[in-house]
Parts: sequence; C-alpha cells; structure tokens
Amino acid sequence: MTPLQPASSSETMAQPGSATSPLPPDGPFGSSATSPSDQGRSGDAPAEVEAPNGLVVEMRDVSKSFGRVPALSNLTILVPDGRITVLLGPNGAGKTTAIRVITGALTPDRGHVRTFGFDPDRFGEDVRRRCGVVSAKPALYDRLSGWDNLQYSAELYGLGRNATAPIREAAGRFGILEALDQQVGGYSTGMKTRLALSRAVLHNPDLLLFDEPTSGLDPESSHAVLDLIREMTDEGRTVVMCTHLLVEAEGLADQIIVLENGTDLIHGTQQNLTRQYWPHDIVRLDAEDPNELDQIEGMDGVISIRREDDHTEVQLDDLARVPDLVAALTAAGVRLTRVDPHNPSLEDLYFAIRRERRAPDAGPGLGAFPEVTR
Amino acid sequence: MNYQRMLTVMRTDLKQLAQSKDFWVPMSLLGGLFFIVIPAILLSVINSIGNIGSVQQVSQALQLLPQSAQDAVPQAAAAGTKVSYVLAVYLLAPIAVIVPLTISTAVGSSSIVGERERGTGEFLAHSPAGVKEIYLGKLIASLIPGYLTTIVGFGLYSIMVNLIVGPDAGGWFFPTPSWWLLILWVLPPFLLIALSMVLRLSARVKSTAAAQQAAGLITFPLILIAYAQSTGALFGGAAVPLSILMGAVAWAIGIGLLISGMRSLTRARLLGVANEA
Repeated sequence: MTPLQPASSSETMAQPGSATSPLPPDGPFGSSATSPSDQGRSGDAPAEVEAPNGLVVEMRDVSKSFGRVPALSNLTILVPDGRITVLLGPNGAGKTTAIRVITGALTPDRGHVRTFGFDPDRFGEDVRRRCGVVSAKPALYDRLSGWDNLQYSAELYGLGRNATAPIREAAGRFGILEALDQQVGGYSTGMKTRLALSRAVLHNPDLLLFDEPTSGLDPESSHAVLDLIREMTDEGRTVVMCTHLLVEAEGLADQIIVLENGTDLIHGTQQNLTRQYWPHDIVRLDAEDPNELDQIEGMDGVISIRREDDHTEVQLDDLARVPDLVAALTAAGVRLTRVDPHNPSLEDLYFAIRRERRAPDAGPGLGAFPEVTR
Repeated sequence: MNYQRMLTVMRTDLKQLAQSKDFWVPMSLLGGLFFIVIPAILLSVINSIGNIGSVQQVSQALQLLPQSAQDAVPQAAAAGTKVSYVLAVYLLAPIAVIVPLTISTAVGSSSIVGERERGTGEFLAHSPAGVKEIYLGKLIASLIPGYLTTIVGFGLYSIMVNLIVGPDAGGWFFPTPSWWLLILWVLPPFLLIALSMVLRLSARVKSTAAAQQAAGLITFPLILIAYAQSTGALFGGAAVPLSILMGAVAWAIGIGLLISGMRSLTRARLLGVANEA
C-alpha cells in the first residue's frame, strides 16, 4: 500500500458549514472525520481506504467555466456511501460537468473535490478505477463487437486480456450476452444501453455514475434499467444518477440534488424536501360550481387554499379532517365532483423549488404555495 | 506510464481499422497501385520496347545523374534496361514516402477527433488510462497501417523489379543498400514527425473533416521534403552516410515533436470541452 499525498494547496477549500456552503459540516448522512488527505501521509498514490464521513463524493463550492461560459458555479454535492443520489435539473444545469469533475476527467477552476477521500485531479487513475460511468451517449465503439467493447474496458481497467468470466457475468446480468458477437453498430438503443451498463459494472466499481441512462429508451426498457440501478445499490454500491426526467428520480432517489445554472438549488430526501415545501397535508377538491368552494376558508383545520385551473388545493392540519370537510360542504349544498387527498410528487416539488428560486423573497414554500387564507 | 494500456489502445484502434472495409480497401488499392501496378507497367513497357529512339534519348539523359548513381547502373546493359534500372532504383523512391504518409495521416487525423465525434472520448476520459498512454497508443496505431503497407509493398515491389529488370541487369539487384536505409531508417522518423503533428491537430480541431484538411496542409510539404531528402540520399555521392545522418536528424526532430505532442492531448480535449480561447 502506498501512502497518501496531502490535498493540493492550489485549490480553494470551502470550510464545511461556512456561509458559502449550504450544507452542514458533517454532510447529510455522516459525522465529521479527518480525511485521508489531511492525515499528513505522503506518497504518490492513494491506498484503498473507506471514504471519510461516509461520503463517497465531496464537492464543495466547485466552479468550472468553459471560456466565458460558467458550467458550475459554487456547486456543492455530497454523496453518501451506498445510496442513490439523483442530480436533477434541466439541460445545461451542470449535471454532466459535475460527473466529469467527480472522476477527475475535468479539473475545476476552484473548489474542493474529493472522491473516495482523494483529490481526483491528482489521483485520477486510482479514482477512475473505482468508478463506472455510463454517459448520456452510450460511448461504444460501433465497429467492434459487444465482446470487444467489453474486452477493451476490461483491459483498460486492469482486468487483463483474459477477462472472459467477468465479461460473461456483466453481459449476462444485463441480458446482452447472446448479442456479444454482433457488431455494436447493429444494436438497438436499448441493447447499447445494456452494453454500456455492462461495461460500467465490469470492473466491479464502488461508485456508479449514470448520466441520463435511459436517454432514448422506450418506457419498458427505461423501467428495466432503473430496476437494475436499484439492484446495484442493494449490493452496496453508491450511485449518482443525472436526469431531467422527474419520473425516473421518483421513488429511486435516496437523495435529490436539484441543479440549475451550475449550482445546487436544494438537496435532501424527497420526503424531507416535500415536507419543507408542503408542511401540511393536501386535499384537492372540485365542485360543479368551483366558486362555492370559497366557503372552505375559515373551516376547522384549513390552513390555506389555492385555486388552480381544474381544482382547488387545500392545505389541512390533518388529513383526518377530510370527512368532516366533505360533510360540511355537502351540508352547505356544495356538489363535490372531486375529493383527492394528494401526496406531492417529485414533479410538484421540482417546479415548486424552481418557482421559489425565481421569487427568492417568498421564502421556502411560499413561492410554491401562496396562501390565500390562514 | 502503463505500456500494457498503451498497447491496448493501439490494438483496439487497429482492430477497428481492420473492421472497416471503407478504410483498408482504398488503402490496399493505393499501395497496390503505387507499389505494383504503375511500376510494373512502366518497367515492363520500357524493358520490352528495347532500343527505340525515345528510350535512347532517356538513356542519354541519365548522364545528368550524379556519378555515383551512374556507376551503379550496369554499363553493359541495353539502353532500355538502363532506364528501367534507374527508374526502379532512383525515380520510384517517392512511392516509399507518399504511400505511408498518405495512409498514416489519414488514420491519424481522425484518431482523436473521431473519439470525440463518436462520443467514445467520454469513455476514455473516464477510464484509468493516462492521456500519454492514449496518445502513444493512437500514434502507433496510425503509424502501423502506413508502414506495414510500405513494408509489404516494398517486398512485392522488390520481387517485381527483380523479375522484370533483373534478368537483363545481370541478376537480382534490388533492394540496394540505400533503399534499405530509406525504408528502415529514414522513413520511420518522417512518419513520426508527420503523425506527431497530425495527432496534435486531431486533438485540437472540432471535426474529422477539419482534421483531414489541416493534415493535408501539413503533410504535403512534408512529403516534398521527405521526397527531396530520400532521392537526395539515394542519388548522393555518399548516399549511405548521408542517409544515416539525415535519418538521425529526422529521428531527433520526430522524438522532440512526439514528446511535445503528448502534452497536446488532455481529457478535456477528449471530451471536447477544452478552452481553446
């Protein structure tokens, strides 16, 4: 084992928990610990050690520009071990650049980056050997067979020229074994994605980075790919997945980080974020005459109401009040056409976050859910 | 530097070339045309038409050659045989330069920018392979097709020349020592120089088409220089020492360009996001 080098002195290191960092000093899931690079050991290559703080990736206040175009702007991403972290954001939000910085494929202009506790810019080879990446384009060699594509990866990742067993295992896992003799140029989009996934897990990486892995896939194939990603975390791997498809992240993410213009707007579990934006239970109501629903204001347990195009959204202090509410409205002669206790989806959350950011003075929740009454 | 990974990159690039009929069919045709078809037709015609007036005139023009070159021509042979001999030994030297440079620069120019265009640069950028390993692997993979074509073509050319001209020139005479030096000592560094420059271009430009155009601009003068140098070395009074010296200078330049060229490839360039401004 070769000892470690201290962190690069040229980088700007944000202090955990400082005003510039939106995250707590210990990260979202772990406690503070000394990172290997801070331990004063010296050498040329990192030893295989567990990530500090239970964090596999630690990016703090990272900025990166291409010419005059900023790609990342004070981005902070903390990825806990063994979880699925979803980077959510529109095209151009900086998701792909973030992945490239994590593996050391790109060097940030400033900020603090550690992957497995090591500076990927300095120990890139060792960091990348422990990462498996599936990029938005499958990045396969069309003129080679599926087998040759996997063999190439096996050799670059140090599995040697006789990697038959891991190749067969990885390909078999993603159901592409039978097609390995064919030229990849003849593969369907789904087959290419499966081959790219096989290649990403071939060397048994600790960290999997998926950049829009279901891009171009039909719904059935997308579902299968997401199931496979879920399976991989069951085996203890850490997954970072970029997507702009909210439905993909729904139910899959242990942690969501919403990105926009190269910066992280917010992070947390879907449940926590939902509670942050909708601290109360919600029921959606509609009636033959929607105006009659205005009389909800002032009823017991009603916190706020908001009129939408096709329904009225009511925040209650407790969903158990719904029967009383319905009874009261019915008694008042309101003919209800819809009573729908609503769990906000990730899509609701995402747009609420973005609405709030466009109206930052509104504060959490208010921009997303302007209260009519209280 | 992990040489195993460098060889892996090289092998994979060569495997892709081997899978591409659209590459190796024209490459084989080019080699066949320059090394076999054109020389065979020229030598057969000149050798068979004998001492007609025009051949006599060409034969007299051979007196313009340096004395050392004239001395090497079999004096007792017919005029047609003398012309064939000079043609085979001296005037077809450019084919040994044009063919490998054309083929290797064609391969090299798309080598790095091609990875970027196909999106496979992303795979390489995220892999543990170092950029020097990738650069060298690609350089060798670009060099081999051109040089291999030359070696095979040179072998076939030698057999053909000896079969057509040899019987009248007093036996098998080709390759001459100068040709051995040209092929084994002078040509490789010129290929290295060309490829170092072409791969540097390939790392920087935005498309394969742009790389090929720019590569043409670089390699054309290089072909002229290589041609001038190689024929000069073959004709020169001290052909062998001159070839050795010229090769040594070319090697020094080639290695220098190779080392500086390795710095031109970065992961950002593999990804196509380098700040070129």
